Amino acid sequence: MRGRLIFLLPLLLFLVLAGYLALGLTMDPKKIPSALIDKPAPAFELPPIDGLPGSGFSAADLKKGGVSVVNVFASWCVPCRAEHPEVNKLAQMGVANVYGLNYKDDPEAAKAWLAKLGNAYTAVGADRSGRAGIDWGVYGVPETFIVDGRGRIRYKHVGPIVGDKLVKDILPVIEKLKAAK
Amino acid sequence: MEGRRPCPGQAGGRQVSAELGHFALALALCVASVQATLPLIGAYRNNPSWMAAGQPAAIMQFLLVALAFGCLTHLYVTSDFSVLNVASNSHTDKPLLYKISGVWGNHEGSMLLWVLILAVFGSAVALFGRNLPPSLKARVLGVQALIAIGFYLFILFTSNPFERLFPVPVNGRDLNPLLQDPGLAFHPPMLYLGYVGFSMAFSFAIAALIEGRVDAAWARWVRPWTLAAWSFLTAGIGLGSWWAYYELGWGGWWYWDPVENASFIPWLAGTALLHSATVVEKRDTLKGWTILLAIITFSMSLLGTFLVRSGVLTSVHAFATDPTRGVFILVLLIIVIGGSLALYAWRGPQLISTGLFQPISREGALLFNNLVMATAAAVVLLGTLYPLLLDAMGGGKISVGPPFFNAVFIPIMLPMIAIMALGPLLNWKRSDWRAAVQRLWPAFLAALIAAVAAWSWVADGPFLGIVGLALAAWLGVGTLVELAERVRLGREPLAQSLSRLRRQPRASWGMTLGHIGLAVAIVGMTGAGTWVKESIQVMAPGDTVTVAGYEFRFDGAKPVNGPNYAATRGHFTVTKNGKVVVLLDPEKRVYNVSGQPTTEAGIHATLLGDLYAVIGDADATTGKPGAFVTRIYFNPLVAWMWVGILIMVAGSAVSLTDRRHRIGAPAKRPAAEAVQGAD
Repeated sequence: MRGRLIFLLPLLLFLVLAGYLALGLTMDPKKIPSALIDKPAPAFELPPIDGLPGSGFSAADLKKGGVSVVNVFASWCVPCRAEHPEVNKLAQMGVANVYGLNYKDDPEAAKAWLAKLGNAYTAVGADRSGRAGIDWGVYGVPETFIVDGRGRIRYKHVGPIVGDKLVKDILPVIEKLKAAK
Repeated sequence: MEGRRPCPGQAGGRQVSAELGHFALALALCVASVQATLPLIGAYRNNPSWMAAGQPAAIMQFLLVALAFGCLTHLYVTSDFSVLNVASNSHTDKPLLYKISGVWGNHEGSMLLWVLILAVFGSAVALFGRNLPPSLKARVLGVQALIAIGFYLFILFTSNPFERLFPVPVNGRDLNPLLQDPGLAFHPPMLYLGYVGFSMAFSFAIAALIEGRVDAAWARWVRPWTLAAWSFLTAGIGLGSWWAYYELGWGGWWYWDPVENASFIPWLAGTALLHSATVVEKRDTLKGWTILLAIITFSMSLLGTFLVRSGVLTSVHAFATDPTRGVFILVLLIIVIGGSLALYAWRGPQLISTGLFQPISREGALLFNNLVMATAAAVVLLGTLYPLLLDAMGGGKISVGPPFFNAVFIPIMLPMIAIMALGPLLNWKRSDWRAAVQRLWPAFLAALIAAVAAWSWVADGPFLGIVGLALAAWLGVGTLVELAERVRLGREPLAQSLSRLRRQPRASWGMTLGHIGLAVAIVGMTGAGTWVKESIQVMAPGDTVTVAGYEFRFDGAKPVNGPNYAATRGHFTVTKNGKVVVLLDPEKRVYNVSGQPTTEAGIHATLLGDLYAVIGDADATTGKPGAFVTRIYFNPLVAWMWVGILIMVAGSAVSLTDRRHRIGAPAKRPAAEAVQGAD
């Protein structure tokens, strides 16, 4: 009997492994929780993109009350191009102020990019050195943060907002934050 | 091309390629279904004509898949962008080699390559398996077809490479530039020949479990297939590592990346299988274990496919992933691996081993190898899956990196290499280890010399480097001692020894070359792993930096244009003691279509070490005109690693030409021969 059990062991081990693999499939490894969730947004002050009107984008903008969305983008980033119509749509809905953080970008290229694809941002800050991006914990573009009225980061979305992501991921968080206030 | 406007409705010759390929694939599925049922039922009922159906079916399956693969290749070569797969991964400006390698440089095409290779192996059994007992052959082909069905369904339902695209784009999106490289053009086919080659050992194992019999003839059949798969996998891993070395531009050659591990785990298990099959063949023992290893080796190949294709793990290998594919492969895994392990649990206890042996014996040493290899494979598997397991248990996100693998893997392997020189000197059944150790005195001496040399060369280096070189010398010289023993060198006149040397069977040459190859590779791994020198800085034209005694002078960088990329090519003059050693021209390329940059390292390879230079981004912070970020490496002995891998692959090729393998089943099976003659 003991001999038989040993022959059964590989099967049992495999079944345990298969269970974990099945669980693994339900999770997204690219979704890395931000350490900044529920923490105040970092202090920063960014100038506008060279040649664009406006006064840039700084931490003070996020404390004016009302939910804000901070969208990290760059003209060199292809997924950003894909999500940009959705970002514009979100801005036009008026449920939140949508700020742009133009990450490590050439001002001319960024300007042309916004002129072509539309600029619905409340304000855009140019982070040419990437310094503010580091403080925000940006490790890839695009990334989108949702900040509550008191300037605390409440949600982080990694990757482009495409498909049903705006409706399924972003808007519910904004609604919830607005309702909680 | 030719100004033609592709139109899906047009009934021109090339326009139907995609539909023809798709249809051929669907037909292959039907043929595989026949091949999976008739021969297995025939073998169960002992009906020779049903059993014989497997042979033409396997050949037919091969022809159909080859047609499908040919169609896809044709679509790529003619840049038919009305096919989604071609449009997503090709471009008219791409050199022909990469148009062809683009066929398997994407998920759908690589799965098609997978089934093509599976069909190649299946038809090889059908064509060359004349000496196999008919029931065993029927069952092997049946099991092969069952695996094939799973993959055909996977391709047809989740990963159809022939899907049309409308509207038809003017040009394609180009292949990932990292994959546009000669080394990587042949890396996936080699890996797949290895992965899929292990399906042969698996099919033989399942067939043996159904038959309830494992004997020397069985092992003799399994060994060459396993060996062939093993050498392809070794070559594939070697190519991948070489590519990472010169293309990724970080001077490294192994990153313990999940996808690398996915190919390394089957390699470890396959190495164990190779050795335990020898014991089954020669000594009629370790049967249950060998069968289990055959199942595990192929299971690990499938698991590797799952990890790469499902996206459950993140990796530098950026494959497009899709959750439905993951679910499909997981179900396939559960059926194939779960089913075969269940069969093993049921039938395994009936396998009776007759050969007994003492712990100190050739069998004992081979079993030790098996245990170490299996442990190593388990550790690498655990490390690879740990982030997933922890996340599944709510333990948060972590990544397991090289420090874990190096800390665990290396100590496991050290004792095995120590025993490896000793094992071949031991007798079968029982042996006197003292006598064997005494005969190894030249290896002791060589290890000592290597340790002293390593210590005097780099006294400040890590201790592990000294151990590595000493072990390499111990293994290399120990293997030569065993060869000398076999030809009775020094105990018989030289002429007689030489004639013995000529008469050595090719299979034993295979063992000798394989072990020496590993010794040589260890020299390279030790050198490049422990004594690498690197220097990262900003250099303006005329600046020099000294690394490992070599002076690298940066002579500036110029833009150059390739067929489908624009590059910045840097120029370095390397001098030692005032004499020019070599000029290095590393490139940083930006591909036109994707805009993705790649690095092409400038490498000067010598046996003592590689001079390695990489050019990065232009740097404006210092204010000096023409300044660039540069990385310079000196990688000691790294070339030995690839030379060693080549020796290992050559060794298995020599072993495969052994007469024993070509004859297959031994002559003591006249009954089987007679039945073969009858049909």
